[in-house]
Amino acid sequence: MHCLWCDKEMVTEVHWGSLLLPDRVTYLCRECEAALEKLDGYLCNKCGRQVGRGGETCRDCRRWEQLSQWQGVLTQNRSVYVYNERMRVMLAKWKYRGDYKLREVFGIGLQDTFRKAFSKHLRKQAVLVPIPLSEERLYERGFNQSEAIIDVLGKPAEQLLTRTHGEKQSKKTRRQRIHTENPFTLIKPTDKPVILIDDIYTTGTTLRHAARTLKSHGCPEVYSLTLARS
Amino acid sequence: MFRAVEAIESYWWGWRCRRCGNKLRRKFADIPCARCNQTHVYCRNCVEMGRVLECQPLYVWTGPHPTWPVRGKACGWDGELTAAQQQASNRIREVMEAGVGELLTWAVCGAGKTEMLFAGIGRSLEAGKRVCLATPRADVVRELLPRFRHAFPDTSISGLYGGSEKKAADGQLVLATTHQLLRFARAFDVMVIDEIDAFPYHEDPSLPFAASRAAKSASARIYLTATPRKKQRRRLEHGQLDSVFVPIRFHGRPLPVPRLILSSHMKKSLQNNMPPVAFFNWLKRRHHPERQLLLFVPYVELAGNMEKAIGPLLRDKLGDTVIASVHAADEEREAKVQQFRNQELQVLITTTILERGVTFPSVDVVVLDAGHAVFDEAALVQIAGRAGRSPDDPEGEVLFFHAGKTKAMVAAVRSINAMNNRAVKI
Repeated sequence: MHCLWCDKEMVTEVHWGSLLLPDRVTYLCRECEAALEKLDGYLCNKCGRQVGRGGETCRDCRRWEQLSQWQGVLTQNRSVYVYNERMRVMLAKWKYRGDYKLREVFGIGLQDTFRKAFSKHLRKQAVLVPIPLSEERLYERGFNQSEAIIDVLGKPAEQLLTRTHGEKQSKKTRRQRIHTENPFTLIKPTDKPVILIDDIYTTGTTLRHAARTLKSHGCPEVYSLTLARS
Repeated sequence: MFRAVEAIESYWWGWRCRRCGNKLRRKFADIPCARCNQTHVYCRNCVEMGRVLECQPLYVWTGPHPTWPVRGKACGWDGELTAAQQQASNRIREVMEAGVGELLTWAVCGAGKTEMLFAGIGRSLEAGKRVCLATPRADVVRELLPRFRHAFPDTSISGLYGGSEKKAADGQLVLATTHQLLRFARAFDVMVIDEIDAFPYHEDPSLPFAASRAAKSASARIYLTATPRKKQRRRLEHGQLDSVFVPIRFHGRPLPVPRLILSSHMKKSLQNNMPPVAFFNWLKRRHHPERQLLLFVPYVELAGNMEKAIGPLLRDKLGDTVIASVHAADEEREAKVQQFRNQELQVLITTTILERGVTFPSVDVVVLDAGHAVFDEAALVQIAGRAGRSPDDPEGEVLFFHAGKTKAMVAAVRSINAMNNRAVKI
């Protein structure tokens, strides 16, 4: 096996466990694995970023909840990794350069967080909805990163939304993002709880827009799972 | 004017990427293509330059080659060459004028390789030929660009490297990293490859592939190196590759020969992020304490940790020594190297990134744990070549601290001695 990121050859250590237990699949070498930081410890109740003490809500989320039109739109977000320098480079290569295969790297982490963050009941009931790309963007990229994430989770994806073409979120400031119009339209309403899937939670605007669209058509509750929290 | 070709060719043994020549199975992957609702193969090797996908063809230019007028003197450089340089320069010019052929220029570190190219490149440009100088490392392109702009003032010159501002490659003279050659096919009459033995050129098969495709099928190919690898040496010995040898530095003094110093507690000291005791013993009795010190360590973490560990100690011993460390991913790398060059820093701890292509006027060079696998023969010869490069201080101490000699160390010393012997005979 070679590391999916740095292409270094990985030598698996042989010990008693490797005789008795099935191989743990690894995609990254030890150094690259260590460069990715998992979000753990005390997390914000709402958005899942790291905070100082348990049971806290971070300032960003309190600001969101103060606005009446956004209050309670998104029940909870959970993310897998800290958006550090390595994550930034990896996401860029995966999304923009289009190295589709890299999604496998995130598989184990995604599954862990998915299981830890959401109750069994919710996991059974909820439908996984990818944040859609506009047609133009999908043509440009060749794949939708949110669907790719659902694919490595090994779950079925439900396309409930479409998106009209706009400027890239990553090219805007926080203010511009929050005051954009809702780019999502509903294709099909649902009466089950929804877990929205996206690659990165930055200000939470995209996810809240999608959540509002779903909720205004009868969806009881919207959660979200993203790969990174910046 | 364009002909579409398949981007990824399928064979019974796998695939081949038409852009980078990659044939390794693990460097291809599947992607469900949203454009045609099919699963396609794409190449992971060159994905940084934009994905090459099965369903999108590549286009080959079939129109006429761009032409440049035949003109008068192109080279504005009027420096003088030493006898050895002149001889090599003549050979290079002959091959470039003939327009076909290969030539390996084997010149020791600090021989003044760039100056030897000027005459030949000047002649080629005058004849309306297109010339490319490729090197594996972006730093070198950045360093060479102003020198070439100065030497060839009336020529259109493009500089290409990852992150360069201008991506247009329309110059008659192109200075590029070898990665950038993937953009070209049969474009150059003269192809010069600097440091053919350097990382990553000698390890990544797509780079020689790119270089040979970028040159026209009838082209002059010049290779420059101070430490040819086995592959080239074999071709030399079998008479398949012409060569010219420059065993002497431009200031005429021999290369500093490394001293191997055994220190048996190497591992333990390095675990504590400290250099071995032998290093401090040498430091106390240094002949030229006024020289700067370049300290090579085998891996990245050690560079930073050692800086923290010995900073205070060295400040005690050498007065207010200023010390820094650099590695490949260091954001301030260029600034620190520049500071060291300006003699604002006394000691620089570095990984092998500074093994070649950099010139400091007056340094002593120390390698810690020279037996480590990253220090192969070529690396050690190059590292030793950092010392004594200036005519004002043509000597410098080179020390390899080790916990047991390796073949690489012995071979490096032997090859440096051999070059010095050949230099005496001239």
